[in-house]
This record gives sequence, C-alpha cells and structure tokens, in this order.
Amino acid sequence: MTTVSLSKAGHETSNQADTELHAAKVADSPPDRQAPAQPGHPAEDPRPTDEPRLLHRKTLDDRAAVWGSMFGALAFVWIVYEHVLQWSGTLGFLVCVWVCFIGLYTAVSLLSHPLPIVKDRIASGVVTSAALLVGFALATTIVSTFWKGWPALHHVNFYVHDMAGVSPGTDPLTKGGVYHAIIGTAIEVAIAVLISLPLGLGTAIFLSEVGGPGTKLVRTVVEAMTALPDILAGLFVYVLLIILLGWERSGLAAAIALSITMTPIIARSAEVVLRVVPSGLREASVALGASRWQTVRRVVLPTARAGLATSLILGIARVAGETAPLLIVSGATTFTNHNPLHQPMNSLPFLVYAGARSGQPLYIARSYGTASLLLFLVLILFITTRLLARNKGSKS
Amino acid sequence: MTQILEPSEPVVAPAPDDRPRAIDSGLPASDRAFHAITRAISIFVLAVTGSIGAFLGYQAIPTLHRYGVRFFTETQWVPARDKIGIAAVLVGTVEVALIALAIAFPLAVLTALYISEYAPPWLKSTLVALVDLMAAVPSVIYGVWGVFILQPNALYLSRWLASYFGWVPIFKVDTDPRAAFWAQSKFTSSAFIAGICVSMMMIPLACAVMLGVFKQAPIGEREGAFALGSTKWGMIRSVVLPFGRGGIIGGTMLGLGRALGETIAVLLIISPAFDIKIKILSNGTQTVSALIAGNFGEATSSQLTALLAAGFMLFLMTIAINTLAAIFVSRSRSGSGTDI
Repeated sequence: MTTVSLSKAGHETSNQADTELHAAKVADSPPDRQAPAQPGHPAEDPRPTDEPRLLHRKTLDDRAAVWGSMFGALAFVWIVYEHVLQWSGTLGFLVCVWVCFIGLYTAVSLLSHPLPIVKDRIASGVVTSAALLVGFALATTIVSTFWKGWPALHHVNFYVHDMAGVSPGTDPLTKGGVYHAIIGTAIEVAIAVLISLPLGLGTAIFLSEVGGPGTKLVRTVVEAMTALPDILAGLFVYVLLIILLGWERSGLAAAIALSITMTPIIARSAEVVLRVVPSGLREASVALGASRWQTVRRVVLPTARAGLATSLILGIARVAGETAPLLIVSGATTFTNHNPLHQPMNSLPFLVYAGARSGQPLYIARSYGTASLLLFLVLILFITTRLLARNKGSKS
Repeated sequence: MTQILEPSEPVVAPAPDDRPRAIDSGLPASDRAFHAITRAISIFVLAVTGSIGAFLGYQAIPTLHRYGVRFFTETQWVPARDKIGIAAVLVGTVEVALIALAIAFPLAVLTALYISEYAPPWLKSTLVALVDLMAAVPSVIYGVWGVFILQPNALYLSRWLASYFGWVPIFKVDTDPRAAFWAQSKFTSSAFIAGICVSMMMIPLACAVMLGVFKQAPIGEREGAFALGSTKWGMIRSVVLPFGRGGIIGGTMLGLGRALGETIAVLLIISPAFDIKIKILSNGTQTVSALIAGNFGEATSSQLTALLAAGFMLFLMTIAINTLAAIFVSRSRSGSGTDI
C-alpha cells in the first residue's frame, strides 16, 4: 500500500527528480565538471548543480507569490464586485476574494514551476485558509459573546442581585442580575462533582490498577456512555426520579443528571492518566513491601495528581455548560434558592437559553451577559488545566 | 544396625507443618477490601450507565406495541389526534447531522493537517490548546452565536446557493431568491444553518482525534518521501493521509455521534416542522433531541413513552456510530499499514 503510494508521489515529481539526477551525473564525470558553465551546454540545466532542496525555509519567490496573489485578488474583487457587478454582502466578497486568490496563486506558480510544486502550493493555500476559517469562527464566537455581553456585565447588580420581581424584558439592565443562576450552577456542579469524582476515579482505578474479570465490559460501556446525548441523561433522570419516584424538580435532580454525563468522562480520562504512570514506580513500591492499596494511594495517585486534576476540571467545564438536562429536570426560578432538595433552581446555561429564546432585546442582552460569565468560567477552568499540565511537564 | 533400623523419631515422623512455603501469600485484608470496593464502584457505574439504555428500551415498548410500524412511517407528531411518528424527525436528525458532517469533515481534516504539518513549531502547542478550547465552549454558547451572529450572515449564503444551485433538489426554496426584496424568513431557522452551527461542535472533536493520528505517522516514511523528491503535499498524500485513514474516519464518526445528539443549539435555531423535506435551505426542520426538549413539558404519560421511544432510537444510533468510531480509531492506533 505504502510502497504504491510512495511511487505515485515519486512519479508526480519525476520531472524535477530527473533533472536533478541528470545534474548529479554531469557533476560526477570529471571532464564535464565545468559543464554547466561551458557554452557547449547552453540551456540544458539552468539550475545550480548540487544544491539541496529547501524543505522548510521559504524563498523570496514563495513569499512574493503568496502576497502578490493576495493583493491582486483583493484589488481585482474590490473593483469587480462592488463597482462593476454591484453585488453586495461581506460574506460573498470574502468568498470571491478567496476563489480569486487561489486562481491567481495557481497562475503565478504555473509561470515558473513544474506541476508538483504548483499542486503543493495550492494545497498549502487551501489547508492554511481552512485553518484560518475555523480560527475565525472560534474567534467570532468568543469575541461576539463578550462584546454583546458587555452592556450587562459592567453593572455590579448583575452579579449580586437575582431576578425576583424584575421583568427581564422591560426593566433596564441596572435592575436585576444573575446571582441566583451563579449560585444554582455552583451548587449543582459541586454536587455533581461530589457524586461523580469518587465513582469516576474508582472506576478508573479498577480499570487501570485492579483489573480482573469484567474490565473489558466496564471499559466498553463507559466509553460508549461518554457519547451519550446529554438530553437522554436528562430524560432518564426526569422519568425515573420525577415521574416514577415523585421527586420535585430540584437542584439535586439536575446534579444527578449532570453526574451521569460527568462520571464516564472522568473515568475515561482518569484511566488514561493512570495508565501512563510508569510501572517501574509500582513495582518498586510493591518490592518495598507496600500493599496494593498503599501503592495506589502513596505512589500512583500522587504521581498522577496533575493529570487527575486536569481530567476533573475538563469534566467540570463540560457539565457547567450542559443545558439540555437542566431544561428538563431543574426547572427555573427568578429568586435565589440555596436548597438543592427543594424547589427549582436556576443555572447559568438555562438562563442563557431562556434569554435567547425570548426575542426581547433587553432579555437577550442579559442572556449575552450570562453567556459571557459562563464562557469566562470555562476559560478560567481551561487555563487552569493548561497551567497544571505545564507544571507537570516542568517537574518531570 | 539396630539404631539404623530404628531411626530416631524426628527424621521419619512427617512433621505436620512441613509443607512448602507459600510464595504467594495472597492479598492482605486491606487489599482485598480495596479491590472489592473499586470493583463494586465500577459495577455500580456499569449498572447505572447500562441501565439507561435498558430503561429507554423498556419504556419504548408500550409505544412500539401501540403504533407498531406506523411509529416509523408516520411523519406527524400530533399527540392530540393520536398521530405520533418519528419518520420526519429521524430524517431531520440525520439531515442536520449530515450537513454538519459535510461542513466539518473537510475543515477538520484540513485544520488538523495545518496544525500537524504546516504550522510553525512555536505556534503548534497554542493551536492544539485552541482546538481543546473550542471543544470546551458550551453548546448553548454556540447556539446563541448561531442564532444572532451566524444566521444573519448565512442567510446570504443560503440565498446564493438557492439562486445558482436551485436546480439541485436539496437547494431548492419555494420563493424567488433573486427577487430584490427576497423573503428572508423563508431562509431562516433551516436545517442548513443548524448544520453549520453543529459543525462547530464537531470540528474540535474530529480534529483532536485526527491530530493524534497524524502525529504518529512514522518519521522514517516522511523522510523517505522527501528523499524521493516529493513535495510537502506529495508527502502528506502518500504518507500522512494513508496512515491516518483510520483516525480520519473514526474522528469524523465520533463527531457525527455528537452531532446526532446535539440538543440546545439545534433547538435555538430551528423552527419545528414535521414533514419529510429535503430542501435543506428552507425554513423548519426537527430533530429527535430538539423534539424531546421541546415537548416533554406538556407531555402526558403516554406521550412521554413516545418521546422515550424516540430517545431510544437516538440512543441506538449514537451508540452504533460511536462503537464503529472506537473500532476505527483503535485499529488505526494499532499501527496497521505501517509494515513495509
């Protein structure tokens, strides 16, 4: 398989390879050593004889081709699009510029390079622009959330008041806030962590340190459940606890739904972390007479501490933004509720959803403010995991 | 002699404790407790997570009994008139997922290629972190982005597709897209826009898996390709892509599993419509998860079992796709195709 495709690649570049080979032969034969300089062989090999190909550095020609085509495409489309054809729309403009750029770049490359190099350049252009597009989409998501969230975010009452007695769509942003949702999310996530950390970590330890019959089954089911649609976890809890067992909609029910999503995530990522603990450490510990439990507690877990923290934080980041289960099981309130056992409890993602659905500009502004808060929370958690990972890297 | 015939007692008499020393002394009590506890925890987790599938399946039985095959062929969801079926909803679910797939697949492959092959080395770790961050952004935030930022811009793309590719059935819209005052509302809340939004959640998942496999493409073969005179793109086509094929397929399917189950972003964008439609650009569609989220509130117990039956179908689809994805990914990691 590989050989075939390699030879295909070789074939693609055969022109270039042939000339180089020829050049090498010419250089090897002593009488012809000066061959390229002699007038006897005028245009046979215009390139210098034995120079290694530049694989990683870019030549002036490469750079000039990229920037030149980009400028040309921009100028051409600017004139044709707006002034000749009188089209409009930013999106269409950008698409036309891109198509034009690829076309110009191809044409410019064709002028002075063989086909394989032209293909290589087109490929690098397409790959880079796809990555830029994805990066642009991510950037607009984050920037637009904070940008539109700012009107609500810069009022102090947004953080310390709840919405009791406030009409979200008509009262100004200086009234009311999301304190109740902050508290709700904090309580629900905390309970979910209390439930799923021991369960997830226990499962991970079983899978990686204890083993025995059933390991494969547990691993398969846990892996499958990491992909369980979140709405189904919510539906399961809703039918089982609220319909069949007659609980009321509460923070606890929401936390249980969240921990159903969270446990497999923690179990899976923690198992990966535990598995990379060098087995030499375990053997050394057992050889010193430690029991299995002591080995796990004193050697394996401390070694993997940073990685375990990362997997926990990733799990938190995932469930802090879960909306679908909360929509079903937690209900919504406008007042602050500290009791997870009693009465519905609001949460940040639910508030974002409710505001975005409302269609009222002020409520949408509140929704954006809440979304920024949620995104900020996720960013903080995310940066923490990065720092933890970096610390781990520098220690080892 | 006599002394020999009558040997001294301690030599002959089999000592009661003369057994070989047990090398494996068994586990101490603390370890047995430790093993039992971890095993019990995993069995509990197994039971809870496994019971979700069993529970959904069990709850789906009454509905399937009552409606039989009609449950899969009926398009309308009108509990008031006892017409309940998931044909349109299943089509809508697959449609949104496929649109997301069509957008996310090329972007994920190309982004992964950029990060692993083209990006300057000092930028690589930042870009990998950004992909992880993209996966960590809550889906409700993508949903809000989809409604307020993406939709107003994507409308023009929809219109453009409808005016120039309207002869393709899936891009047809029942209005004149070239009219000066074109009916924007015909293009909003469509499966197409929901698909773009869901693709934002698919890309980081698929991209992360692909990055993992591309990184493992053997350095020897890469250098071999360069030594044979290949360009960078030639090397990618002949070494990186064939080697990463399992990861590309597996990562895409993992993303597809996520796309099928995505709820809140879809719920925010689409407006519910219960007909089997292939015109992806025009207003209205429905997916299983959005159906559940939108209808559980006013559902009676019989409607609830119908929703659970729909949820069970979604469960089966996601599990099947994810299991396949896991098989592909693990196969590619075992290094098949590296033997020269």
